[in-house]
Amino acid sequence: MKVGIVGIGHGKFGRRSDATVQELAFEPFREALIDAGDITQHDIDATIIGSSPEYHKQRSLPGVVAEYLGVNPQPTWLTEAACASGSAAIRTAYVAIKSGMQEVVAVIGLQKMTELTTPEILALMGRVGDVQWESIFGTTFPGYYALYATRHMYEFRTTKEQMAMVAVKNHHYGTMNPKAMFQKEVTIEKCLASDKVAYPLNVFDCCANADGAACIIMTNEKNAKKLNDTPIWLEGLGCASAEMSVLRRPHLVGIPSTVEASKQAYKQAGIKPKDVDVADVHDCFTIAEIMAYEDLGFCEKGKGGKFIEEKQSYIGGKTPVNIDGGLKAKGHPVGATGVSMTTEIVKQLRGEAGKRQVDAEIGLTHNVGGIGQYCFVHIHGR
Amino acid sequence: MPFHYFGKINFVPYTKVTKFADYLKDGKLMGTRCKKCGEFYFPPRADCIKCFSDEFEWVETTGKGRLHTYTIIYAAPTGFDDIAPYIIGVLDLDDGGRLLGWVDVPEEQIEIEMRLKAVPKIFEEIPDIKLYYSLEKIK
Ligand SMILES: [Zn+2]
Repeated sequence: MKVGIVGIGHGKFGRRSDATVQELAFEPFREALIDAGDITQHDIDATIIGSSPEYHKQRSLPGVVAEYLGVNPQPTWLTEAACASGSAAIRTAYVAIKSGMQEVVAVIGLQKMTELTTPEILALMGRVGDVQWESIFGTTFPGYYALYATRHMYEFRTTKEQMAMVAVKNHHYGTMNPKAMFQKEVTIEKCLASDKVAYPLNVFDCCANADGAACIIMTNEKNAKKLNDTPIWLEGLGCASAEMSVLRRPHLVGIPSTVEASKQAYKQAGIKPKDVDVADVHDCFTIAEIMAYEDLGFCEKGKGGKFIEEKQSYIGGKTPVNIDGGLKAKGHPVGATGVSMTTEIVKQLRGEAGKRQVDAEIGLTHNVGGIGQYCFVHIHGR
Repeated sequence: MPFHYFGKINFVPYTKVTKFADYLKDGKLMGTRCKKCGEFYFPPRADCIKCFSDEFEWVETTGKGRLHTYTIIYAAPTGFDDIAPYIIGVLDLDDGGRLLGWVDVPEEQIEIEMRLKAVPKIFEEIPDIKLYYSLEKIK
């Protein structure tokens, strides 16, 4: 029995000082119910929230969200895997549907990051790594990806210009996505001249904190065919972990959990990396997208810089990547990201992506938690 | 529990390898070795991943190694803004294991794979005991 996606919804990403976290959840939920063929909240038999709880004032999010969406007394719970919480929720929904325990599940990726004050964010930022051995030296999230970048530059001659090219591409496609936080083109020069954050990364190498929510409705094969004439099927799901500490990683030029998760997903779907027509990958930093090209097998290890330089990840290239603007232009409301990626791939496969449409039959999402502690790779087909 | 001495800001003052900070105060950089299978750990661990034993002994490391990678932090988190920008390096230790710490070498002289040594240090500007190590050129 297959598991399909029959409804999608996507709220506006950005600084959403106009809405509470449950109000943010309502926007894509309503959209997804309508998209799924005008079903109501009473047709949903479980609501799974993907979110990273430490950013919210409201504790235990699913409770307040479920009430606001009107899905009581159906079950609801939270899945957490840092920046991959959204994809973790999708995997949980897949398992629940596959087991027959649930039939129609709403998965909501949700995050409000601008609720915290700057000092609170700075304090939180100081505890992203291993707090026993690393955070005591003032490591930061960009700092960790900078450690990858420096080593990648050393081993493969990857350049800061190539990293900037990722930002240029993603901002370019971001201009075609009204739900993205940023809708402005950037240039390589502007990226290289932007403020330093953690050498070799500048501000324009980093995605922005954002508020936002996205929702998908998942169901079993029988329901899917009834509800929707174009269900998008989850054909392969991979999930893996890697050492939290950079001190225990086998190498620092890629993300081992991406390699492992993608192998699982390709195997289940029975495809090869070259069969992927469109992908949304986890570009929390520009170097992360370059490493993703390699770790997902779109190009050889070490050739990621060339891949973007040759525009192979643009529409018309070998594998169009982050055609919705990626985390870079959309903003990265941590828990919402994996679900947001999925809505884009569903749109692409349905042929509803408008100006940014890729001719695609197979789509991939790649969602990384933290600096690679968690990774989820999902393959979608028509 | 002397482990709270470890770090400019310490987040976890308790651990089964708390003696690490005692040794560091005496200028010694110590890792742990599994008594059962002999696996060496830096950073030290109380529990062996290889054989699951929880018996370990302390072993001194020279702190010498090669710089694996580095970054310079400009946007610093709470408690570190007063020392920014600072350089963070990851050292592959000759004795095994890896170490992350501040690099005390001018930026323009830093090269990946250069030989460095982790030297135990005490913050002198702060009245409380605050221990760390810095990665310095081998003299
Ligand atoms: Zn052992």
